[in-house]
Amino acid sequence: MLKVRVAAIFILLATMALGYFLYVTEVPGNRFAFKLGLDLKGGTHLVYQADTSAVVSGEEADAVETLRDVVERRVNLFGVAEPLVQVDRGGVVGGGDYRLIVELPGVTDVDEAVRMIGETPLLEFKLIASGQEGAILGEGGVLNPSAFIETGLTGRFLKRAQLEFTSNAQAALTEPIVRIDFDAEGAKLFATITGNNIGRQLAIFLDGQLQSSPVIRDRIEGGSAIISGGFTPDEAKALVRNLNYGALPLPIALESTQTIGATLGDEALAAGLFAGIVGLLAVALFMVLWYRLPGLVAVLALISYILIMLAIFKLIPVTLTAAGLAGFILSIGLAVDANILIAERMKEELRGGKKPGDAIHAGFGRAWTSIRDSNVTHILAGIILFWFGTSLIEGFALVLVVGTLVSMLSAISISRTFLLALGIKENKGMIGFLMKSGFNR
Amino acid sequence: MHIIRNRNLYFILPGALVAVSLIVILIFGLKGGVDVSGGSLLEISYETERPAVSLLKQRVSVLPLGEVHIQPTGDAGYIVRARNLNPEEKAALLQTLMVEGTTLHEERFTSIGPTIGKELRDKAWIAVGLVSLAIISYIAFAFRHVSEPVASWKYGLVAIATLLHDILIPMGLFAVLGEVRGAEVDSLFIVALLTILGISVNDTIVVFDRIRENLRFNKDHKIREQFETVVGKSIDQTITRSINTSLTVIIVLLALFFLGPESTKNFALTLTIGMIAGTYSSIFLASPLLVVWEKVSRRT
Repeated sequence: MLKVRVAAIFILLATMALGYFLYVTEVPGNRFAFKLGLDLKGGTHLVYQADTSAVVSGEEADAVETLRDVVERRVNLFGVAEPLVQVDRGGVVGGGDYRLIVELPGVTDVDEAVRMIGETPLLEFKLIASGQEGAILGEGGVLNPSAFIETGLTGRFLKRAQLEFTSNAQAALTEPIVRIDFDAEGAKLFATITGNNIGRQLAIFLDGQLQSSPVIRDRIEGGSAIISGGFTPDEAKALVRNLNYGALPLPIALESTQTIGATLGDEALAAGLFAGIVGLLAVALFMVLWYRLPGLVAVLALISYILIMLAIFKLIPVTLTAAGLAGFILSIGLAVDANILIAERMKEELRGGKKPGDAIHAGFGRAWTSIRDSNVTHILAGIILFWFGTSLIEGFALVLVVGTLVSMLSAISISRTFLLALGIKENKGMIGFLMKSGFNR
Repeated sequence: MHIIRNRNLYFILPGALVAVSLIVILIFGLKGGVDVSGGSLLEISYETERPAVSLLKQRVSVLPLGEVHIQPTGDAGYIVRARNLNPEEKAALLQTLMVEGTTLHEERFTSIGPTIGKELRDKAWIAVGLVSLAIISYIAFAFRHVSEPVASWKYGLVAIATLLHDILIPMGLFAVLGEVRGAEVDSLFIVALLTILGISVNDTIVVFDRIRENLRFNKDHKIREQFETVVGKSIDQTITRSINTSLTVIIVLLALFFLGPESTKNFALTLTIGMIAGTYSSIFLASPLLVVWEKVSRRT
């Protein structure tokens, strides 16, 4: 008896401590403050399709990872708080396409955002097919794609770019050029390409535009190349900056855009919280009115459930979206299900003539199989939903799975501790009334 | 016992609802939202009074954007739907909607390419299949020791049949709502259906669990009782908790529907209808169907 009472007091204190933690960490800038999704605080969600067709097969994942790093660097330059850039693989049904998901909280000017990401230059080196030197421009001055051979050397291998000026004493005019240094892998590739193709032209493309196509005179070791092409100093400076911020290793195409204004997000958050509080109060009222004492204990367990869940959201951290919030509110209604099953079972045991203490034990024990079976189906559905989900739905699925696990803990261990700690011995009078339920007096 | 004895009476309502749902789904179809079918959606609000729809339609018609739907929302806003738009096209659209003398705010914009929508639809079907399969397998496993007089996999199959009823009714409702009010089926709707599958099977499991317990009790105590009687007793014993467990969920869903964010209203509605259908089916459909199956297989 003493043991359960100590445990019950411990749970009460722990719950209060949890509440205190939730309260004090909810200040701006705290690393445990709630993370809100774009649909609750406003922002932009972009999905890009990465074109990996030019990448050697087997290296797509690496190339896309590099792309991600580059875009992330660019996004960080915007000064957006907590941007998210992640790679998403289409999976079985998606045909295995790679996608890049960019989330920019607080940015609602999508055009500006897209421009900033898309401004990143795509640098490519292509060999001109032998005999095609005169045919690089097709009809109407359009580039003839069949004249160029992919080399696999792209901005992905870029280490850095530098602005230089040619020292052409004769012309007395210095022309700005851009000197690029490849990383070790790129240098090796560059040496091989130049070594094998002496006498041919290597075309340098920027964003699909032919910049220059110098003739390869010698094998170039050391991994440096020069891009010249009649730049003005300003153009060259911008190019160097953009290349250093990150040349995109792969072409990307904007597939979908979602922007949510900050007002709409705030309204959604306020409405979600209000609905949650009203829902909680209504469930609590129902539980206390119908199940009386076990109902009150269930409400205490429900409150600890909510606090534990909120703490988990902060600690993992889980990004809260409107769907996630809906899932959490739904889980409040689900969390007391186990308590209902237990309370009903206890009532049966009491009716069967058991003493309150034994009835509590039997109620928890016998209700367990149906609680387990029904919770397993929640978890199964949650896991499949998680797989199904886009980032907005994953939050919902996560809440469902974690909520089911936590509610099993709260409904079973916490309520049992509280009920046993009350130390009910006789099922008579006031206690008898409190242990009954519904319309029974 | 009343429920089992009059089971055919209780089959009428769900039978009729499922039939009607199937018919309206076939006739009207479900209207896919932007994230499921691709396309774009722009929500705007005007600071003072909003211009007339006809004026905006006329202005937008000169843009090469294909078919554009403009529909009022709130007090001073519009929702504009069109095909998938790139940033330039969207900028042009916004510019056009900015009628002289008004101040316009962009509330939200969504533009989804066709491949993502298709992927989502494919995934949805697979997910529904997987959830159903997982539930059948789990029930068959959990009830594996119960093979007399009804095999454990039959419990699983009956559970799935009732689940089908639980999701067909909200689907039928949305087919009708789509026709009369333009309600759309988005990815959250699919999530709601999957959630109904996971949750509404609970009540069914509670009754099945009780049948399992009563069968075991009878076996241990060498009591011979008709399957029909056992099932009837089990339903009577569990009906209060079946209703109450659903009721708490419906309470929070109603709070979410009436007070919650606009974006999850349809989600809450779908789940509420699914939960009501699920509660009904777990009491009046699932276990009675087991009895029918047992009777049929005994006869043959």
